[in-house]
Amino acid sequence: MPAPRSEVLEIRASDDIVRVRQRVRTASVEVGLGLVDQTKIVTAASELARNTLDYGGGGTAAIEIIDDGGRRGVRIVFEDDGPGIPDISVAMRDGYTTGGGLGLGLSGARRLSNEFDIRSSPGAGTRVMIARWK
Amino acid sequence: MDRIPILKMGHALLVTIQVDMHDQLAMALEEDLTARIAATGARGVLIDISSLEIVDSFIGRMLDSIAAVSRLLDARTVVVGMRPAVAITLVELGLSMPGVNTALNVERGLALIGVSVSGDGEHDAGTEV
Ligand SMILES: Nc1ncnc2c1ncn2[C@@H]1O[C@H](COP(=O)(O)OP(=O)(O)OP(=O)(O)O)[C@@H](O)[C@H]1O
Ligand SMILES: [Mg+2]
Repeated sequence: MPAPRSEVLEIRASDDIVRVRQRVRTASVEVGLGLVDQTKIVTAASELARNTLDYGGGGTAAIEIIDDGGRRGVRIVFEDDGPGIPDISVAMRDGYTTGGGLGLGLSGARRLSNEFDIRSSPGAGTRVMIARWK
Repeated sequence: MDRIPILKMGHALLVTIQVDMHDQLAMALEEDLTARIAATGARGVLIDISSLEIVDSFIGRMLDSIAAVSRLLDARTVVVGMRPAVAITLVELGLSMPGVNTALNVERGLALIGVSVSGDGEHDAGTEV
């Protein structure tokens, strides 16, 4: 079944992270990403979906197939209404964690994507966008 | 809740991860494995991840933590069958899993642990490394 142009998945439990991975994979295959690029964007999405669940208290992942007139790609936007991130530049550092993790999710997701954008402020939730082009 | 089966092969335990693991399953595996190492006195643990399409920091941390606990129980952990695309992605993610040994396949993993599963499975044909 081809992925629709755009779909929004709820992230409420750890099973939802598996579903996000599967749908990002489907979209990546559809736009023709190679296996390594598929693996990179699915891994980045897995990291961000887990952050949305663990720190954001749940939220959504919007998966979209993008087209700039010639090139196609996959874009995923993660959004939550959680506590937000007080200092984004600190949170983006390799090894920074407040949850006993490895502190690699945000910085790793940026390295694994062609585009990365994060917006967050305390009390206003968090929005992270990643994209990978063919 | 589902469990991932753990097979005993001589002095080693073999776990083949066949599904896209959700988090509870991963945590249950860690508990089950350490209990089995203690109960069987296994000298090594092979974790076959050839079916895994991705390894993220959560799975990486789980593998590292299994290796650390196993070491305390005097067993070596070898992760086998990592797909090339997964290896490339892990490096870019920045995940190094310092405590985890890796091997290309189960046979080489067993050699690394230094146990053999031939014969009746009761004798260590290899030497401990
Ligand atoms: N959606 C979010 N809402 C609130 N805080 C967040 C969110 N995402 C990340 N953070 C904060 O940023 C920190 C760094 O996140 P990152 O994903 O890099 O590491 P981690 O989740 O702590 O560990 P790892 O991802 O390696 O398991 C988190 O510990 C948390 O404090
Ligand atoms: Mg994280």
